[in-house]
Amino acid sequence: MRRSYDVIVVGSGPGGMAAAVAAKKNGARDVLVIERDVEPGGILLQCIHHGFGVETLRQDLTGPAYAQRFVDEALSLGVDVMVDAMVLRITPSRHLWVTSARSGLVELEARAIVLAMGCRERTRAQIRIPGSRPAGVYTAGTAQRLVNVEGYMPGRRFVILGSGDIGMIMARRLTLEGARVERVLEIMPYLTGLTRNYVQCLLDYGVPLQLSHTVGRILGDRRVEAVEAVQVDERWRPVPGTGELIPCDTLLLSVGLIPENELSRQAGVALDPATGGPYVDEGFGTSVPGIFAAGNVVHVYDLVDWVTEAGYVAGRSAARFALGDQVQGAASVGLRAGENVRYVVPQRLNPESLADGPQRLQLRVVRPIEGRARVQVADGDSLIAEQRLRYARPGEMVTVTLPPSAYDRVRQAKALVVCVTEA
Amino acid sequence: MQTYDVVIIGAGVVGCMVARALSRYDLSVLLIEKEADVGAGTSSANTAIVHAGYDPMPGTLKAALNVAGNRMWDTLAAELDFAFERRGDYVVAVEPEEVPRLELLRQQGIANGVTGLAMLSGEELRRREPLVNPRACAALWASTSGICDPFAAVLAAAENAVTNGVTLMLETAFEGFHMEGRRIAGVRTSRGSLRCRWVVNAAGLYADEVMHKAGVRPDFAITPRRGEYYVLDRAQLPLRSVLFPVPTDVSKGILVTATVHGNPIVGPNARDVAGKEDRSATREGLEEVWQGAERLVPSLDPRSIIGLFAGLRAAGNARCLTPGVDYGHDFVVEIAEGVHGLVNLAGIESPGLTAAPAIAERVVELLRDAGEPLREKRSWNPIRRARPRFRDLLPEQQAELVRRDPLYGRIVCRCEMVTEGEIVAEIHAPIPARTYDALKRRTWLGTGRCQGGFDTPRVLAILARELGISPVQVTKKGPGSEFLSRPTKDTDWSGTGPERAGHRVGGG
Repeated sequence: MRRSYDVIVVGSGPGGMAAAVAAKKNGARDVLVIERDVEPGGILLQCIHHGFGVETLRQDLTGPAYAQRFVDEALSLGVDVMVDAMVLRITPSRHLWVTSARSGLVELEARAIVLAMGCRERTRAQIRIPGSRPAGVYTAGTAQRLVNVEGYMPGRRFVILGSGDIGMIMARRLTLEGARVERVLEIMPYLTGLTRNYVQCLLDYGVPLQLSHTVGRILGDRRVEAVEAVQVDERWRPVPGTGELIPCDTLLLSVGLIPENELSRQAGVALDPATGGPYVDEGFGTSVPGIFAAGNVVHVYDLVDWVTEAGYVAGRSAARFALGDQVQGAASVGLRAGENVRYVVPQRLNPESLADGPQRLQLRVVRPIEGRARVQVADGDSLIAEQRLRYARPGEMVTVTLPPSAYDRVRQAKALVVCVTEA
Repeated sequence: MQTYDVVIIGAGVVGCMVARALSRYDLSVLLIEKEADVGAGTSSANTAIVHAGYDPMPGTLKAALNVAGNRMWDTLAAELDFAFERRGDYVVAVEPEEVPRLELLRQQGIANGVTGLAMLSGEELRRREPLVNPRACAALWASTSGICDPFAAVLAAAENAVTNGVTLMLETAFEGFHMEGRRIAGVRTSRGSLRCRWVVNAAGLYADEVMHKAGVRPDFAITPRRGEYYVLDRAQLPLRSVLFPVPTDVSKGILVTATVHGNPIVGPNARDVAGKEDRSATREGLEEVWQGAERLVPSLDPRSIIGLFAGLRAAGNARCLTPGVDYGHDFVVEIAEGVHGLVNLAGIESPGLTAAPAIAERVVELLRDAGEPLREKRSWNPIRRARPRFRDLLPEQQAELVRRDPLYGRIVCRCEMVTEGEIVAEIHAPIPARTYDALKRRTWLGTGRCQGGFDTPRVLAILARELGISPVQVTKKGPGSEFLSRPTKDTDWSGTGPERAGHRVGGG
């Protein structure tokens, strides 16, 4: 086995595999993907529902089928894949310590690294649900793995907290497997996942959704016996007297995802508190030269297609850096979240990139706008780009494109501020 | 019927330390525990501090056993090979009017025989612990205070006891005594009856009920006093030692402390509750904990919370026996009056963990005073070695461990860096970890940022494979706490999951 690679990708999910493919296609001689599970594909392997690839491939695939296309492509291009292996540590000088049952503990070296560790699920503690600590409390993704990969049901009667996509998809999946899903509770006054999942997973299966509600406490000593649903006010505090006990044996939590950046932090990569991921430029370069990031490790996407796109960009940048033709261009322009914008990715943009083609900015709004909306990119009072939206919802990422024609204005800008407002 | 010299009821820290102390002598000892693991009750949910001893009222048994216990921890940790560090603690006066209380505590500590106490200025305190409230004006520093791995301490004592001949029966509940007149002749358990000459009542929250069944101390009552806690992300809160507020009459207050595992904890509050199994956290309680902790460290960020738990203190109502000392919540460490053959260890709330080894020595003295010959076994070995912990090793040592057993190369819990090798070793240890929580306490898997989200399916598969059971039989903490309800299809999948999720490569 080699000890030194042009590009090493950490994680074989859609972001990592696309990065590996792009790195190879852009001239990287040797590319290694490191995956902690026993086969490549990442979380897609447990997403056996369809709906993947509609944007990028114009095909409606299941998660494993989508993943396999990129795995096959990477392998056919000669990408090395190391499975059942965990990266323990990454240094700013791009050394990686990797452990696996097969090859023991090894130190590898890369000219460029792509971080593609994806994200982890928020837990009960992070949303501070009081009550006892019995068996039967799972994050939706863990339950999804148990059902779809391990082949076991984690319970019989479910309550799901959070109208995120995984939670809604699990409501359907569990119903199809013969379980009873009593209710989906959502603390926000609106849906947080995709509307299409609400229709296809809850409405079609008669699973009730209760907005502005959360779990007040968990009951049961050894196994969950019930959860208390409570209404919340506009500041998400429980409204006294609204508690309702729902008998159930399992609580699934679909309460958000957090980019998984413990390795990034160790490598000295600066993280954006708004996204939970690294600050990146338009090529998904982080604050540490030669370390790039792709996919949910940067910010949480709603569609896998975007993750693949991001992986391509990061992989190409990594290959260029590895081959030494990365142009450390003129000073980058910062991008800032303005009115009704939670965050923007990338957080900085090299104006020279507009010479390569249009640059895509992705963002999430703070509050939903259910009518026509517009997203604007401005430098102070001067509007640089504007795009119309049919609506803007926190659960659905907003994309706005900076055209090459904006080159001059971006070059002269001190900072670009992005806003989403009623049109 | 099986006959033992001594039956110990309850395998918490007190019961396990007593078992270890008695294992030194030529006695047949049985340790029974109603839960599926040792240390699963109060010992599993506490602040993990070895207290210096300035806190209990002078003259009380609490004070004497706290200070005596504290002095035993270096030897104990060295012999039993668990983490214990004397990092010291600070009692922090935030308001000027709290400063006189610090001096009282110092005097109290001196009266109790505590060494290493010093008054510090606010400035000096902030120099040592920069996170502390900038308004803090003074602190009492206690250098002998320490933090430990309380799970490992209990397990190590129990393991050492077992390897020295003590019998441990888990999932075995005490039901009553067999009396011959006023002499205890045996105990009735959920697994049948046993004969014995002595019973050591180390039943924690249930110690009152046990003694009442023997007709002893009818007025003694344990009131479960709940304490709630948050666990914080170690990356967010670099804290070295233990920060206490100035104590109140009911408790030492809500503190902020480093742990030997790295992730700091804040808590506990103190609320009397009705149920002895009611370890549920409440919204109000958690709110109280957070506010209390913010008083000491105002920069705490709720986003750094990664865990929460609640524990129950076994608060008793025994009067202190020292003449002239007016104190109503002392430890009970005695040979019971009115029956023959019962040792009561009751009302062991904080500083119970600290005091436990001293309580165990006191039990030995009590039995000797009662005429037990207590011949030392020549074979007694006080040493117990911990199994390797991957994350604590240097890279070369890690590589060597993986070479010896490739399962140590597979990380099962990513946040706390726990390997399959460690998990398998604990499942086959002298006291096997047979539940998820037992593994959690032994290896710290599932205690980190993702709270088991990543490891749970893998650990279920490993437990099933190693125990030779179906994954649907794997529990969190014993019967009734199964994780899975059934296979998804009407096919017998048992046995296939484990290989898929955790197949072995090479030896190990």
